[in-house]
Amino acid sequence: MRFIFKTSYAQDISLARHEGHRFWYAVLGVLLVASPWLLPEYWLAQLTFVLIYAVVGLGLMLLAGFTGLFSIGHAAFLGVGAYTQAVLTNAGLPFPLALACAGGLSALVGIVVGLPALRVKGIYLGIATLSFGFIVEEVLARWESVTGGNAGMHVKNPVLFGADLGSGTAFYFICLAVCVGATLIIVNLLRSPTGRAFVAIRDSEISAQSMGIHLAYYKTLSFAISAALAGLGGALYAHKIKFLSPDQFNIIQSIDLLLMVVIGGLGSVHGAFLGAIFLITMPQLISAAKDVLPPAVGQAPGLQSLVYGLVLIAFVLFEPMGLYGRWLKVRTFFSVFPFYRKGLFKRQKSFQKSDRLR
Amino acid sequence: MITDVSPLLSVRDLTVRFGGVLAVNKVSFDVMPGEVFTLIGPNGAGKTTVFNLISRIYTPTAGSIVYGGALLTEQPAHAVAALGIARTFQNIELFEHASVLQNLLIGRHTHRSTSLLDDLLFTPNARRAALVAREKVEQVIDFLELQRYRDTLIAGLPYGVRKVVELARALCAEPKLLLLDEPSSGLNVEETEGMAFWIDDIRREFGATVLMVEHDMTLVNKVSDRVLAMNQGEVLAMGTPAEVQSHPGVIEAYLGSTGDLSSLRRTP
Repeated sequence: MRFIFKTSYAQDISLARHEGHRFWYAVLGVLLVASPWLLPEYWLAQLTFVLIYAVVGLGLMLLAGFTGLFSIGHAAFLGVGAYTQAVLTNAGLPFPLALACAGGLSALVGIVVGLPALRVKGIYLGIATLSFGFIVEEVLARWESVTGGNAGMHVKNPVLFGADLGSGTAFYFICLAVCVGATLIIVNLLRSPTGRAFVAIRDSEISAQSMGIHLAYYKTLSFAISAALAGLGGALYAHKIKFLSPDQFNIIQSIDLLLMVVIGGLGSVHGAFLGAIFLITMPQLISAAKDVLPPAVGQAPGLQSLVYGLVLIAFVLFEPMGLYGRWLKVRTFFSVFPFYRKGLFKRQKSFQKSDRLR
Repeated sequence: MITDVSPLLSVRDLTVRFGGVLAVNKVSFDVMPGEVFTLIGPNGAGKTTVFNLISRIYTPTAGSIVYGGALLTEQPAHAVAALGIARTFQNIELFEHASVLQNLLIGRHTHRSTSLLDDLLFTPNARRAALVAREKVEQVIDFLELQRYRDTLIAGLPYGVRKVVELARALCAEPKLLLLDEPSSGLNVEETEGMAFWIDDIRREFGATVLMVEHDMTLVNKVSDRVLAMNQGEVLAMGTPAEVQSHPGVIEAYLGSTGDLSSLRRTP
């Protein structure tokens, strides 16, 4: 077991809390930088998708996990980012500029969608964002002069200073850079007053307000940052997948994104990454299992949806803290061995909180 | 009491009506800087409603609340804290899935000096501000002896400690006016005594004026300068604790009137 001896307040706000953190994150960094030479092309592409989804997941984590606002229409922001990137790149705009526009436009749309969030809560916010998702999908399908409608749209390779960045390796590094940047921004937010204001709103709006937190401002801000990250992820997604059509940004995609943060572990930055890994590897595992399973089961239509559904139910029932929560338990088991108790992570139920002032 | 000092908080003819219920009816009182002013009264008297009116969760139907020369009723709810008013809640409203330290840091929200860009990039300015905030929070932690709970999640704390954390969070805002809604509810005798000492110390060391709602008369007698008794939304009596307790209206509200007793008596 590790005991950290704290001698300065700066220790509590530094990114790496102890030597172990520094060592393992350095190892992870080296592996990520070396992976184009370590992994075969197919798995590098999958890793790129993990990074892209992680960027989107970080945004949704900020909104759902840290601000407590659930969006069931997040694929719409992904779509806005992807199509903005596609249209601007195809028009010849340099890659970084198009990326900034994609993020910026998504953020603007996020602010607009965030406005109903100031009035509605919980399930009603879910319905509002859900219908917003449908609206965007419909716009993408009908606005044929810009998006190409249901026929879809090809996306040109990203170009910077005349260099084509469309190759697997080059684009992997772009995604890695964006992902690291997004992670740093989220981590920075969470250790500063803005991030704490989000957490305060999640846990008790009434007392957040009495602490001087402007609910409307911070909720809108959370929506904007979350949408911007989804837009950035969407822009990268557009380049990676090279062909866009409106049905990539439908409700199934929104639910996948929500699934990602819930299974990863709501309220943890690690959860966004674990969720992204889950979301990308799960279809691979299922298709691998298809060959092994008897044809009656393996070839059954809707197998993937069934597995996803079961996994989600299982997590909600048995591991509400998600994959990250499970990891914490495993780690604690080893670090306090042999003193781990079953109830160590059990949450104490409290019955004294009331919402009656709302 | 010195009379030429202007009141910190001045409530005039405060009235609030929820549908047909007159929750607070023409309540007026002044809170002088540096005093401990207590609202007492039976359940449903409208004490907490007065608190919620001051912290702008409710909007009064009529009447005014003047704080430090400014009309509080014109301010939005989130601006009240910036004016130097901090409060606690009757049913503890802490941020449950955050640590004690984070809760107290949120208490310093009104003193934030960083811009959004500082926060996103964690600039040296943000780092400096974080260390300053931490320093202030540590002073409060020392004062209320919360050192051992610093990194514990609220969800894992016992009720009595939560009560103290909530007080600590309010103190972190460095308020001029501190609203305490039943600080001793749910505390045992010993903890209540501790609370009495703390309230005394808060006034002396932090220079805060305290307005509180309290049922425990021992605590009220120990710390209050003045007491206001309410019943069914109206003021019954105001004065020193002893004066209020001997007021016939207050005794009637708590124990029932002698008139009631005579009506029970069989008359020939």
